[in-house]
Amino acid sequence: MSLLRLASASLLNRWPVALLTALAIALSVTLLLGVERIRSGARDSFVGTVAGTDLIVGARGGALNLLLYSVFRIGNPTNNITWASYQDIAAHPDVAWIVPLSLGDSHFGFRVLGTNDDYFRHYRYRDGQPLRFAAGGPFTDLFDAVLGSEVAARLGYDLGREIVVAHGLGREGFARHDDKPFRVAGILERTGTPVDRTVHVSLEAIEAIHVDWQGGAPVPGRRVSAEAVRAMELRPRAVTAALVGLQSRLATFRVQRFVNEYRQEPLLAILPGATLQELWAILGTAEQALSAVTVMVVATALLGMVTMTLASLAERRREMAILRSVGASPRTILGLLTAEALLLGLAGTALGVLLLYGAQLALQPVIDSRYGLYLAIGAPSRRELAMLAGVVLAGTLAGLIPAWRAYRMSVADGMTVRT
Amino acid sequence: MAEAGAAIALDGVRFAWPGRGGFRLTVPHLAVARGERLLLVGPSGCGKSTLLNLLCGTLSPTAGRIALLGRELTGMAGPARDAFRAEHIGVIFQMFNLVPYLSVLDNVLLPLRFAPGRRARAAAAAGSAAAEAIRLLERLGLDRTKVRHEARAATLSVGQQQRVAAARALLGRPEIVVADEPTSSLDRAHQLSFLELLAQELAAGGGTLVMVSHDPSLAARFDRTLELPTVATIEPGLPAHT
Ligand SMILES: Nc1ncnc2c1ncn2[C@@H]1O[C@H](COP(=O)(O)OP(=O)(O)O)[C@@H](O)[C@H]1O
Ligand SMILES: [Mg+2]
Repeated sequence: MSLLRLASASLLNRWPVALLTALAIALSVTLLLGVERIRSGARDSFVGTVAGTDLIVGARGGALNLLLYSVFRIGNPTNNITWASYQDIAAHPDVAWIVPLSLGDSHFGFRVLGTNDDYFRHYRYRDGQPLRFAAGGPFTDLFDAVLGSEVAARLGYDLGREIVVAHGLGREGFARHDDKPFRVAGILERTGTPVDRTVHVSLEAIEAIHVDWQGGAPVPGRRVSAEAVRAMELRPRAVTAALVGLQSRLATFRVQRFVNEYRQEPLLAILPGATLQELWAILGTAEQALSAVTVMVVATALLGMVTMTLASLAERRREMAILRSVGASPRTILGLLTAEALLLGLAGTALGVLLLYGAQLALQPVIDSRYGLYLAIGAPSRRELAMLAGVVLAGTLAGLIPAWRAYRMSVADGMTVRT
Repeated sequence: MAEAGAAIALDGVRFAWPGRGGFRLTVPHLAVARGERLLLVGPSGCGKSTLLNLLCGTLSPTAGRIALLGRELTGMAGPARDAFRAEHIGVIFQMFNLVPYLSVLDNVLLPLRFAPGRRARAAAAAGSAAAEAIRLLERLGLDRTKVRHEARAATLSVGQQQRVAAARALLGRPEIVVADEPTSSLDRAHQLSFLELLAQELAAGGGTLVMVSHDPSLAARFDRTLELPTVATIEPGLPAHT
C-alpha cells in the first residue's frame, strides 16, 4: 500500500470536507487562470489588431492616443491630416500601401469609418489574416456601406438594407445625415477586432454627406441632394489617420523620420507594436494588482486546506497511533499528510482547469460579443502550466504545516493516545 | 545483562512523561524468554501501556537498555526502531485497532508496507501475502461468509475488529506479539475464544507474547504473570494529568 493510496483513501474517507477544500482550490485556480487568460487574451487581441501594419500616421499628438483612435476606435483625434500630406506619404518610395482612415460619424453607437477598397485588401489581423466578406463585397456605389460582423448581427442588418449615419459619436445623434442614406453592400466575417464594430464607407461618401455641412451642422438653406452629389467631383479634403505598409521593414525608421519631420504640417508616425508596449507599461500596474488579488485568493484557499487538516488532526490521532504500531515512523506520518495536501492540490487544480474550460465554453460567445475579446480555448500555455505547478507546490508546502504538527504529535504520543 | 536468546530484556530502564510532575517509570530488570507467554497486570494508570511503548520503540527511555531478539533497541535511531518494530513485532490494542477507511484485508496487510521481510515470509507461507492474510482471517473465524474482506474496517463489530487486529499482528509471523488489553472490550466468551486463537497461532510459530491486562483472572492461560508494580518503580504524576 503506497503512501499515495493511503492518502487518497484517507481523503475519500473525509470526502465531503475534502471535496469542499478541493473546490475552494479549484475556484481560486479558475480565477487565477481566468484572469491570466483574459490578460493574455487582451494583449493578443490588441497585438492581433495591428498585425499587418508597419506604421500609423496621424496628426501630431500623443502616440498612444493615435493608436487608440485609429485602430481601436477609442477616444477622438485631435486633428486631421490634409489630403495633400496623405498623398505625399503615399508617394514615398518605401511605402508599399497606404489606407486612409476618416473618423467622426457613427451609427447607433458604432463608429463609421471612411476609407477605400485598399482597406479590405491590406488590413491584416491576428496572425496575418485578411478581411473576408461573409456576404456582398466592397464598395461599388458612392453610398455603399460595409458592416463589421457585430454591427450586422446586433442591428440585424442584411445586404441591401438602408442605413442613416449620424454626425458625431452620440448614440442618438440629433444631427443625422438622413438625406443621404447608405445601402449595405457587404458584411465582413468576424475578426475579433474593432473591425467587427465598424461601419465602413468610402472616403468620397464621407465627403458627400458633409458637402452641405459646416462646423458640425447643415448649412441652412443649402441642401444638396444625394442625386446632385453623385454628379459632383468629390475629393477628400482630409483624413484622420492612415495605416501604412512598407516595402521592407528596414525602411521603417526612414519613413517614420520622413513623416515626423514633414514640413507642411505637424505629423506623427508610430510603430504600433512599440506604442502597444507603452500601453502595457501603463496597464502593467493594474494587471499586477489584479494578479496579486488572484494570488491572494489562491493563498486563501490553501489556508482553508491547512485549517481543515489541522482541525482534523485531533480526531486522527488514533489513526496515526495505529500506523505507528504497524511500523510507520513519524516521518511516514509527515509524508502521509503531505501526500494528502499534494493530492488535494492536484485535485483542486485539475478541477479548476476543468471549471475554467467549462466557463470558457459557456462564456466565450458572451465575452466575445459583449467585450470584443476573443479568448481562444486552447491547451494551457507554458506560463499557465507553470502557474498550475506553482499552486500544487504551494499547496504541498502549505500541507507541511499540519504535517509537521502531526509529526510532532506522533513522536510525543508513541502509539498510545491519551483520551 | 540481557540473557542471550531472550526475546525481550530490559535493564535499568527509566522513562518520564514530559512536564513537571509527569508520570515516571523505572524498570530495573525484566526478561521474557522466546516463546514465552507473559501476562502483565496492574491497576489502570500504573504504566502498562507506557512500558509497551518502550518495548516497541515508539517511546525512548531516558536511561537504560532495551534489547529485543538480541538486538539493542536503545542503540538504534528512530527510523531503525520503527523498521525493527514493523519486522518483528505485532501489536494489538484494546480498541480502535483498525484504520477505519481501509478494507479489512488492507488493514491486515498494512504492516507489510513497512516490513519487506515479513512480506516475504507471509507470501512464502501461502503463495501470496493476501492469501496468507485470508488464511489468518479464516483461522480467526472471519471467513468470507461472516465478513466481506473488502468491507471498510469501520463497518465491523468490535469483536470482529479485534480478530482482524490479531490477524494483522500475526501476519508474517513476527517473533513478538504485544497486546494491550486486547480483550477488555469483549464479553467473557469472546475473550476466551480470542485468547485461545491467539495462543494457538502464536504457538505454531514459536512467537513470544506480552499481554497487558488489568484482569488477573486470565493468568491461567499464560506461562507467567507479573504485576507491573512489582517489577517497576512507579512515581505517579500529578492527578491533573489523566
Ligand atoms: N501522552 C502522555 N503524556 C503524558 N503523560 C501520559 C501520556 N500517556 C500516559 N501518561 C501518563 O502515564 C501514566 C501511565 O499511563 P499508562 O501507561 O497509559 O497506564 P496504563 O496503561 O497502565 O493504564 C498515567 O499517569 C498517564 O497520566
Ligand atoms: Mg493502558
